[in-house]
Amino acid sequence: MAKNTLSSRFRKVDIDEFDENKFVDDHDEAADQQGPDAVEVDNLIRQYPLIAQTVVLRVLTSFRSSDIEPAVKSLDKNGVDLLMKYIYKGFERPVENSSAILLQWHEKAFAIGGLGSIVRVMTARKTV
Amino acid sequence: MSLYSFGLEPLSCHAWSKDRTQIAISPNSNEVHIYQKKEKEWIKIHELTEHSGRITGIDWAPESNRIVTCASDRNAYVWTLKDGVWKPTLVLVRINRAATCVKWSPLENKFALGSGAKLISVCYFEKENDWWLSKHIKKPINSTVLSLDWHPNNMLLAAGSADLNCRIFSAYIKDIEDRPGPTPWGSKMPFGELLLEYKECGGWVHSVCFSPSGDALAWVSHNSAISVADATKGKEVTQLTTGHLPLLSILYVSETEIVAAGHDCCPYQFSYKGPGCLEFVKKVDIPKQSSKGNMSAMQHFRNLDKKAITEEEDTDLGSLHQNSITQLCILEGLKAKVVKFSSVALDGAMVVWDFKH
Repeated sequence: MAKNTLSSRFRKVDIDEFDENKFVDDHDEAADQQGPDAVEVDNLIRQYPLIAQTVVLRVLTSFRSSDIEPAVKSLDKNGVDLLMKYIYKGFERPVENSSAILLQWHEKAFAIGGLGSIVRVMTARKTV
Repeated sequence: MSLYSFGLEPLSCHAWSKDRTQIAISPNSNEVHIYQKKEKEWIKIHELTEHSGRITGIDWAPESNRIVTCASDRNAYVWTLKDGVWKPTLVLVRINRAATCVKWSPLENKFALGSGAKLISVCYFEKENDWWLSKHIKKPINSTVLSLDWHPNNMLLAAGSADLNCRIFSAYIKDIEDRPGPTPWGSKMPFGELLLEYKECGGWVHSVCFSPSGDALAWVSHNSAISVADATKGKEVTQLTTGHLPLLSILYVSETEIVAAGHDCCPYQFSYKGPGCLEFVKKVDIPKQSSKGNMSAMQHFRNLDKKAITEEEDTDLGSLHQNSITQLCILEGLKAKVVKFSSVALDGAMVVWDFKH
């Protein structure tokens, strides 16, 4: 069999991402497809803390339960700490069903970050 | 390892005599009790009762056999043994808030006292007037000094504070000693000179410890992290955040190995090999043997009958200590190769741990 010498990277591109009709959407819809972590999204919108909180909350609540664990696993140590901060901020301002999902996030993040990540939420000077 | 319980009261602090047959502890009160080892038991032989406030620090100088104690009554006393009785001498520390910690310098010619007055009082004995004098280090401390440690050169002093900073000061007192030589931390060292200031440690800095050579400084802060500053690498700081509860006490057991303990009730070992290489090694504790599997049917029904429970409920923690460890101390071995160390905790027990290098 001849070796495939042509590049097959094109197979990894998700063409739907580049569909023009989709471009108008806001962050949470994109989140549904890619499942971005909280760190990426909040980095982009760090200048607007209250808006950041709302957006992150929407991203977190839009996740499916089965996607939560792999998402948390993909974060590094600092990412897990940051996620914990957003989870607790989300608890402070509950929105409809948000607390239930947040509790699931909390369980998975706690499994990775441990009590230390919660302590760091309490002691951190820079709040999110 | 072995555990000895000194009662139900939490142990605030402890210090060992030179030959380790005597231990001075404070059971969360204004008294210091000195116990003598007799085979496996500890017998109380002295009670030091000069303080009127809760004792916050005890240090026992091995060579000169003097004990210094400090308390929340804003006083410090130096105790000397005369005819089998410990006699106190008041030290004029001149602080208007509680003292929080006290440490003899390596050569025992002075001691440092941290306080809630946002200052460190370095005290030395003046022979002419036969009293203890003090000099204050104030700037730039902004809150209570929580912990102190001396550099092996008897000049530098590390201080951890509640203003979230960890600092190293010079405590060189020209009246009683010669000028110190240069160290990797700096060469100009007038009294009170700031040689290291690490801001934003992430939480209150509960405990600081110099490495045996003095080239590195490790500390633990309330954000459940352990950090090391390395003088030989441009004072670079490496921080490791842990998933445990905050640590309260830290101890170097060799040039690279560190032991720290705190609210998780058991000591953890960490290793520092260079900037960026600070890692958790293991838990220094024997896991409690679970006896659940060995319960007989008779025991089962007895429990059901007496306590209406279907299984043996173990409310003990899986560690030797049952409450937060407040202080670690070297027991045996040189600073560079500690063989045994002791810990005291809020459960009133003192545990001796073996360390294998």
